[in-house]
Amino acid sequence: MAFWLLLPAAVAVFGVVLYPILRTLFISFFHVDSALATDTPFVGLENYGTAVTDPGFWAAMGRTLYFTVVSTAIELVIGLGLAGLLNAKLRARWLFRAIVVIPWALPTIVNAAMWKGVFNAQYGSLNGVLTTLGITDHYVAWLGDPFLALNMVILADAWKTIPLVAFFLLAGLTTIPGELYEAAKVDRASWPRIFRSVVLPMLVPSISIVLVLRTVEAFKVFDIVYAMTRGGPANGTQTIAFYAYIKAFSDQDFGVGSALSFLIVLAILAITTLYLRLLRRSEMSLL
Amino acid sequence: MTHHSRSRARFARLAAASAAGALLLTGCSVTGATDSGADGDGTGTVNVLLMKQASYSEEDQQKIADAFEKANPDIDVKITSVAYEALHDKITTAAPAGTYDVVLVDVIWPAEFADKGIIADITDRIPDSWSDEMLGGALETAHYKDAYWGVPWVVSSKLFYYNAAQVEAVGASADDLETWDGVLDVARKIKAEQGVEHPLAWSWSQAEALICDYAQLLGAFGGEFVDADGKLIINDEAGVDALTWMKTTIDEGLTNPGSTTFLEDDVLKTMSAGQASFTLNWESSLRDLNDESKSSIAGDAAVLQTPAGPDGARPSVNGNMALAITKNSKNQDAAWKFIEFASSQDIQDEFVTSSMPDWKSSYEDPAVLATNPEVLEVAGKAFDDGILRPTVPAYNAVSQVIQVELQNALLGSKTPQQALDDAVAEGNKLLKK
Repeated sequence: MAFWLLLPAAVAVFGVVLYPILRTLFISFFHVDSALATDTPFVGLENYGTAVTDPGFWAAMGRTLYFTVVSTAIELVIGLGLAGLLNAKLRARWLFRAIVVIPWALPTIVNAAMWKGVFNAQYGSLNGVLTTLGITDHYVAWLGDPFLALNMVILADAWKTIPLVAFFLLAGLTTIPGELYEAAKVDRASWPRIFRSVVLPMLVPSISIVLVLRTVEAFKVFDIVYAMTRGGPANGTQTIAFYAYIKAFSDQDFGVGSALSFLIVLAILAITTLYLRLLRRSEMSLL
Repeated sequence: MTHHSRSRARFARLAAASAAGALLLTGCSVTGATDSGADGDGTGTVNVLLMKQASYSEEDQQKIADAFEKANPDIDVKITSVAYEALHDKITTAAPAGTYDVVLVDVIWPAEFADKGIIADITDRIPDSWSDEMLGGALETAHYKDAYWGVPWVVSSKLFYYNAAQVEAVGASADDLETWDGVLDVARKIKAEQGVEHPLAWSWSQAEALICDYAQLLGAFGGEFVDADGKLIINDEAGVDALTWMKTTIDEGLTNPGSTTFLEDDVLKTMSAGQASFTLNWESSLRDLNDESKSSIAGDAAVLQTPAGPDGARPSVNGNMALAITKNSKNQDAAWKFIEFASSQDIQDEFVTSSMPDWKSSYEDPAVLATNPEVLEVAGKAFDDGILRPTVPAYNAVSQVIQVELQNALLGSKTPQQALDDAVAEGNKLLKK
């Protein structure tokens, strides 16, 4: 009986998740240059070799690491501050919490299209606001310089994700017992000291979850790059997932594209294992 | 065994079995591709993939589909329109599923799609009379390896648009705009006197649009993309001169620095807002620039052939597009009927403000000329003198390499010579594969 009840879930997991993954791994050992190719010689690890010796691969990896570190850092810091604010005892607290969710509720493509319009060199609202306030005297092409464009994409992604981080941390904050704050106040501890000694240690489980989740997601970032800059300018926003997409679907080199997908999986596994090891040492760790 | 390790062992066996089963299934064929194309019986649904933005607008496309359905009641036409930048990838990802029966292909893709078995060889379907009745350059759009892979539907190249009101206000006329040097002189006057901060706007984003603009300037300086052996030669003097010219116009403040983020639609919007006086764009732009509901300079826009370079050369980039039948379509006869209808002279003459016709006699028909006289006159001259991008299967990858290097030069990270040398080195490697 249990077998039959589990069957739909098993079919879903194996069919939608396992089969494509195994199939992609299979394809990565062949030379496939078209979606309809019939002549596909076995090449072993050659696709992996091609992927790893391509300078474009390492450039994309570097950009992705920068994107991951910076966007996760921004989201954690601002998310923590926002969580603290949302934890305050205000009358209309429910209203603020509802408003804060809105960026997270936006579909990623809508978010990307919106920020692309805001950053537009000719008629974007960021340029309009900055020149009206007198902060700059001419319009800037925010998505025109490779490094600046990468940072603008980080900004757009962070804006959307900060509410999620804030809510995770808010959930963690609400579990901190009030007695700890009262005990700290009795000892006449200052707010920074309370934050460092009471709040942060109690929040480590939530922070570690957020860190792992956000790192993995930031590493895989694709849709916001596709919708905002398509990897440009001069490949400045070409993250590793976008690079793999170009190789697989645009250049139609499916063998190398599949190999790249697995290299990305390995990289994410490495980072996640690193996190789990580091966080295991903390006494309040969840893992 | 404890309960835990027993269920863990069972799970492991189940996982291994399904993994083996999955691998076995994949063992049938790496790509799982089958030759499932069929002619069909000339009825049913025809799924068409077209492009939005330039040439035929989405309203035009729907009108053509409606007219076709009226003439062929047993065929149903469903049109999907995507942005040009998404068109290539959509065709390749939809190919295995056979989602579309008719796809719009750019002149640079038949080599790639024919070699990869994505579009069907339709040489046998094309009537012999077409080689006389159609413009010479048009039928060659989808000609590769002695076969025809598509029917030309969008005959197009980039024309030179200028704001006649601003040009006249500084005392210049259309004659001053025959050469690029002349254009820059008038641009400097407009910048100084008319308060247009950046009179030139281009589509120099990291996309095929950049290659189209570069192609016209490369041709103006007397250069070509490849030599007789098919090797890239854009790092020769002509290629470097063209790229240096482009960078100089940015440094001098004549070209809008946002151009490196613009596509043709942004260029159109910039000119429609009166913030650019000179642009290169496709034929349908005149219709939009003079449309009061879309443009603030309606009535002031005029069109010329692309200006000439120092030696008088002025070829326009060949930006034609063709309708092709996908190899895996199960309804190829019905698809062919739609293609024949959409490219027929009557339909094309009706939409002349959106796209130039394939047919030679249309350019002499007074009724057709009356609907879009300025563009037809200029386009007729432009089509005689074209510059082709390399028609090789690896074009997509080569184009991306060139796009990145051109942007590196335009953004100042590399000198034009260095950028083009790197582009040629990397591009020739890809062409050799």
